[in-house]
Amino acid sequence: AAPVQVQLVVPMAVVFGPGSVPGDLLRPLPFRDVQEMEISVNLRTSVTSRYEMFYRSTTGQEEAALAAATAREADAALHPLQDTTLGSLTMYVVPETSSLLPQGINVYVGKHRSALVRAGGSLAALQARLREVTQVMSFTASSIAAALSDRVPDGQLSPDARRNLKSSLGYEITFSLLNPDPKSHTVDWDIEGAVNRYVKPVLDKLSLVANFSVDSQILYYAVLGVTPRYDKESSSFLLSAHSLPHVINPVEARLGSSAASLYPVLNFLLYVPERSHSPLYIQDKDGAPVSTNAFHSPRWGGIMVYNVEAPASPQASLPLHVDVDMARVMEVFLAQLRLLFGLSREEVPPEFLLERPGNEGLADWELDHLLWAHTVENIATVSTTLTSLAQLLDKIGNIVIKDDVASEVYRAVASVQSAVTELSLGHLHAAFQASKEAVTSSERAFFDPSLLHLLYFPDDQKFAIYIPLFLPMAVPILLSLAKIVRETRQRKKEPTKMD
Amino acid sequence: VCTSRFWFNYRHVANTLSVYRSVKRLGIPDSHIVLMLADDMACNPRNPKPATVFSHKNMELNVYGDDVEVDYRSYEVTVENFLRVLTGRIPPSTPRSKRLLSDDRSNILIYMTGHGGNGFLKFQDSEEITNVELADAFEQMWQKRRYNELLFIIDTCQGASMYERFYSPNIMALASSQVGEDSLSHQPDLGIGVHLMDRYTFYVLEFLEEIHPASQTNMNDLFQVCPKSLCVSTPGHRTDLFQRDPQNVLITDFFGSVRKVEITTETVSLDRGVAGFESKFPEEELATEPLKYAEQLPVAQIIHQKPKQKDWHPPGGFILGLWALIIMVFFKTYGIKHMKHVF
Repeated sequence: AAPVQVQLVVPMAVVFGPGSVPGDLLRPLPFRDVQEMEISVNLRTSVTSRYEMFYRSTTGQEEAALAAATAREADAALHPLQDTTLGSLTMYVVPETSSLLPQGINVYVGKHRSALVRAGGSLAALQARLREVTQVMSFTASSIAAALSDRVPDGQLSPDARRNLKSSLGYEITFSLLNPDPKSHTVDWDIEGAVNRYVKPVLDKLSLVANFSVDSQILYYAVLGVTPRYDKESSSFLLSAHSLPHVINPVEARLGSSAASLYPVLNFLLYVPERSHSPLYIQDKDGAPVSTNAFHSPRWGGIMVYNVEAPASPQASLPLHVDVDMARVMEVFLAQLRLLFGLSREEVPPEFLLERPGNEGLADWELDHLLWAHTVENIATVSTTLTSLAQLLDKIGNIVIKDDVASEVYRAVASVQSAVTELSLGHLHAAFQASKEAVTSSERAFFDPSLLHLLYFPDDQKFAIYIPLFLPMAVPILLSLAKIVRETRQRKKEPTKMD
Repeated sequence: VCTSRFWFNYRHVANTLSVYRSVKRLGIPDSHIVLMLADDMACNPRNPKPATVFSHKNMELNVYGDDVEVDYRSYEVTVENFLRVLTGRIPPSTPRSKRLLSDDRSNILIYMTGHGGNGFLKFQDSEEITNVELADAFEQMWQKRRYNELLFIIDTCQGASMYERFYSPNIMALASSQVGEDSLSHQPDLGIGVHLMDRYTFYVLEFLEEIHPASQTNMNDLFQVCPKSLCVSTPGHRTDLFQRDPQNVLITDFFGSVRKVEITTETVSLDRGVAGFESKFPEEELATEPLKYAEQLPVAQIIHQKPKQKDWHPPGGFILGLWALIIMVFFKTYGIKHMKHVF
């Protein structure tokens, strides 16, 4: 793989509220400081992270905002006063005894790009806490390693490092309703309304990352490939965790995974169990029913089981009309969408309080998190692609590079260089856009149909074709040439003889 | 991939379709299978049972059935298309079902059958693919991480020569015969009049019949299939490029499809009172005249178009030199005085 050296610069501001300045501060505020860390992936790939910190004290407006009653209000008030460029972070330090943060909570991470950090007494403790927060809000060594997963030697990767969706220019999201028993259930789902109300805000926020297209379908008589077990104690049917992997394939054949688009497809399935198998619960490994009644498969999508309540009277006429509670369903599907992209909130230390992003689906710093990972992944992909293209050209000497392929290669190189420069300046947005362009150009150049090595003949094949054609023709010509040479030589000798 | 055509190569089509059926039975959907067949058996005028392809002489199993999805059929099965599918260098107009949309977590199974020789495989009686080209194609796939692991099975004469040249990591290969040996067919059917299956594939299929999606059988068992007593040829395999120990590789890793799943434990909390997002930008209706069919094609322009001047290139050095040589020899041999007879 080609050597990649990237410097990720995160511009940060650390703002000390009144009464929070640690006693052992070496220099008077305001001052700038830089912290660098190296994330080395393999011998030829190294990513250095550089946090450019600007320490200052609060302005009057910020002080007023920090005097709010709760952390959430403070965060909302501080939002207009912050630097909101992509990739930047602002940390507000509040005194150790401040009541802004609840008991036991040392860090409050807001919806945007700021956090409230409780001072830790000494500068060192504060800096340690700040480092933790910045890693959660921007990138960690493992998230970068996951983005560069095809360069990491296999033994070092954690087993779930390669489960996030690969960076792509677009994704297609398909919502499917599976109704295996239309005789018993007539299921109505207002998918259009749900998409407009709940899914669109999330996709609008993610539109920076990629293009999304959404479609939906209803499939009748689509059964799960697995028969659930009847559990007498709970008088319900159970699907155990180890039978879940076999559920997806029989269904996938009927999903018609997008004949139209070349983008990766994310399938979200809502399964309404048959009347004879209701209610159906999914069991986790310990045997407890899962609260969401849903599971997902990395890089594929998710399935949720929606149980229909049994009718009050056993004589109720079939089919039962079911109105799906789209909000509950979308809560699960959007959570699965987040997990597919790798945005999990589970690995956060317990003393952190993360603000819920609400209907937008993800916080600004989570978007940054995605952008950092995707930018690094794109840059690595481009360098590998261009290097292997160069190796292909070395191997097949007589390949013809068309002009448009050449221009795509130049464009890819220029874009990736600008992406690396922008990253080293801390401009995440520009870097991401440049990396996207670089990936598009390099893929177009590498996968150009004219580069098939079958079309370029090595020299020995050329000989093999032309020799049988020209050799018989050449024999009389060569013999005549020989005769001519002999005659000329003879004629030259003759005048000397004839004398 | 079945690389032969014509009626007497019935067994190759039956081989391929049987493997296709097993793979589908074990869970791989059609959208994940690229099937290349000459597809001239089922409706061949010489087929006494039209619309069927049988794999066993008692006509037990019609492997053609009614849900076969052939992606490349007949004249589309060429070396070029095969390599295009593998390397991904496909023209943009190719439909999704004809593409190999794999990524770095895909395990790929490639099964090829037909007539082969030492270092090559014959495609449709008109061209060949060499083992060097195949190895290069796999290397191109590896460079772009188009596979996680690859299992290559080949059932032809001298099949082992095809995997000799592989050099990319994570490839395991199986062949039905060694270099210098021929792979033999299994049994003829007297009603249909041709041999129905090849021995190696027949025994592989018997082996696969016992595999179900949750089975734990590993690759070492597949290597034991079809010993010399049954197969007459010696099957070979190659695992040195493969990183995992074949003992730990499940058959269903390649022949079936078992997905990794995770239980969803998180939910997003949504504010239910939110009003629907009406599209913020109402699309502007531009009043356009409906196009008439005849006007859509600029016929007038096309008819009166002057033929494009093709750039004239002077003949290259080789041709010029050859002609100069021929003319010089001619005139030297026959003398200049004959020139007036020529012109």
